[in-house]
Amino acid sequence: MTISKNALGFIVTNAGVLSLIQDAGRFGAFNLGLTNGGPADSLAFYWANRLCGNELGATAIEISLGGLELIAQVNCVIAVTGAPMPLSINGLPQTCWQSFLVKAGDTIQLGFTPLGVRCYLAVAGGFTIKPSFGSTATVCRESVGGLNGGKLVKHDVLACRAMSKSDSSIKQLMLAENDQPQYGDEVQLHTVLGYQQANFSSIEKRLFFSNEYQISQHWDRMGYRLQGRAVKSDIDGILSEGICYGAVQIPANGQPIVLLNDRQTIGGYPKIGSVISQDCAKISQLRQGDKVCFEPISMSQADNMFHLNLRRFTQTKLINYS
Amino acid sequence: MSTLINECIRLEIAGENSLMLYFSDKGQESSVITPNISSHVQQADQLIREHFKTEIVDLIPSYASILVVFNLGEIDHHNLRNKLKRLLKQCNSVSNTQGRLVELPAYYSLESGMDLPRIAKHAKLTIEQVITLHQTQEYRVYAIGFAPGFAYLGEVDDRIAMPRLTTPRLKVPKGAIAIADRQTAVYPAQSPGGWNLIGLCPVDMFNAQAKPTMPVEVGDRVKFIAIDKQQYLELGGNLPNQVSSHDYK
Repeated sequence: MTISKNALGFIVTNAGVLSLIQDAGRFGAFNLGLTNGGPADSLAFYWANRLCGNELGATAIEISLGGLELIAQVNCVIAVTGAPMPLSINGLPQTCWQSFLVKAGDTIQLGFTPLGVRCYLAVAGGFTIKPSFGSTATVCRESVGGLNGGKLVKHDVLACRAMSKSDSSIKQLMLAENDQPQYGDEVQLHTVLGYQQANFSSIEKRLFFSNEYQISQHWDRMGYRLQGRAVKSDIDGILSEGICYGAVQIPANGQPIVLLNDRQTIGGYPKIGSVISQDCAKISQLRQGDKVCFEPISMSQADNMFHLNLRRFTQTKLINYS
Repeated sequence: MSTLINECIRLEIAGENSLMLYFSDKGQESSVITPNISSHVQQADQLIREHFKTEIVDLIPSYASILVVFNLGEIDHHNLRNKLKRLLKQCNSVSNTQGRLVELPAYYSLESGMDLPRIAKHAKLTIEQVITLHQTQEYRVYAIGFAPGFAYLGEVDDRIAMPRLTTPRLKVPKGAIAIADRQTAVYPAQSPGGWNLIGLCPVDMFNAQAKPTMPVEVGDRVKFIAIDKQQYLELGGNLPNQVSSHDYK
């Protein structure tokens, strides 16, 4: 079912904590109960692909926390973006946020990040992985996507397009430091009120938006459970309904859960609203103990922020340093 | 921003790129499960699928709602709201449409359905009566979600309705037929779960390699047909002790 056995690319010699094949995500399969998957920090993912001259949704690797080690079997151009994981090629430190040439036989190593959670490794042309239900995105809980539905393991071979030595079109690009996203331990989550928001009193809403929440020990690609001032809803549950990316679910204990890429597609807990996508990408770089606060915005403001963010991304120029 | 499209459909914001359509019977709250509301949801779902191409990326129909996820690069919420209003205005509650009838074999027994005695005790019925009541009813597929291939079927006879376990089990075997309140379902894969187990079904509810991937879709009718252990095994079913020792991927 996979790409032919002799397809070359990268050999995984250490899979790290959690390294996943991801493209932009799986859409249009909700009717089978399949969730979206896709990159937890979409901005860093898009940058990795842009640096490699790819379509923005090309298949890349999402590395959580670190520890991935690969050996290249072909000459190709790669880029690593996202959380500041120490990157080295054949033991020599290499800068992230830029594309560069690796040669067959090179060892690519990622250490552990002191800050943030996830980074993205893209290759020019994207990894050649057979899509399942229209996407290569790995959702481990569903055993769908990636090479065989799970995280990368030692000895996996990730096929990609080889560059010929005489390829003159190879451009080495970098993103100026000023344009790189900053990772910290606090994030403001712009939130559109929605869903069952009418079932939360104005006092409960005010408490929700004025208090700080901490990331609990339960945080993963499915969702981030928070700890802080409990929020009460007038209702315990609802008839199960569709859950969108970023939806903030308030279960009976009042502790909010921000639902992310690998969330269940339908559920029956009341929701106060949804965090906008660019802030979902930011919360995905937080871990236990980090802090968030929610900021209410209107649907029109959310729309403006989306387009401004997109514009900023498309208008930022990469520097050709080759 | 709540908008009434007509007396049966209400539109709410869900998120940055998502709107929610809530369906109800005229003047009723949208928290009841009825075949009529479900048919209405299905009708609207089909209309939306036919009328929008790239502007809408995903739809999640459920018991009495549809989540509409749109492409912010192509349409904004004002525009979509107006288009949905125009499209769905004429879509009014319809009589119950009849979906396909799908028969699912069910091996009911103490060995395959460990919660049968509890349900029987709770319902003050015999185990045989519980089994008979479960397979007499014809169910409707109200929603698919939670996990790939998980179809919410309703509604079970009131007499055998049973609340979820207070502590969910860590492992419910693949194929488990279960009851939660007035809903019933077949677990498509081994997973944690808090529903009450009454039997096992040998049919794959989700098979990525098969076409179609699932034997049912929203709106279909499902009937369980009792089979014995021999038939269950011949149809490819596994028994729980074998299931638990088997590594499901």
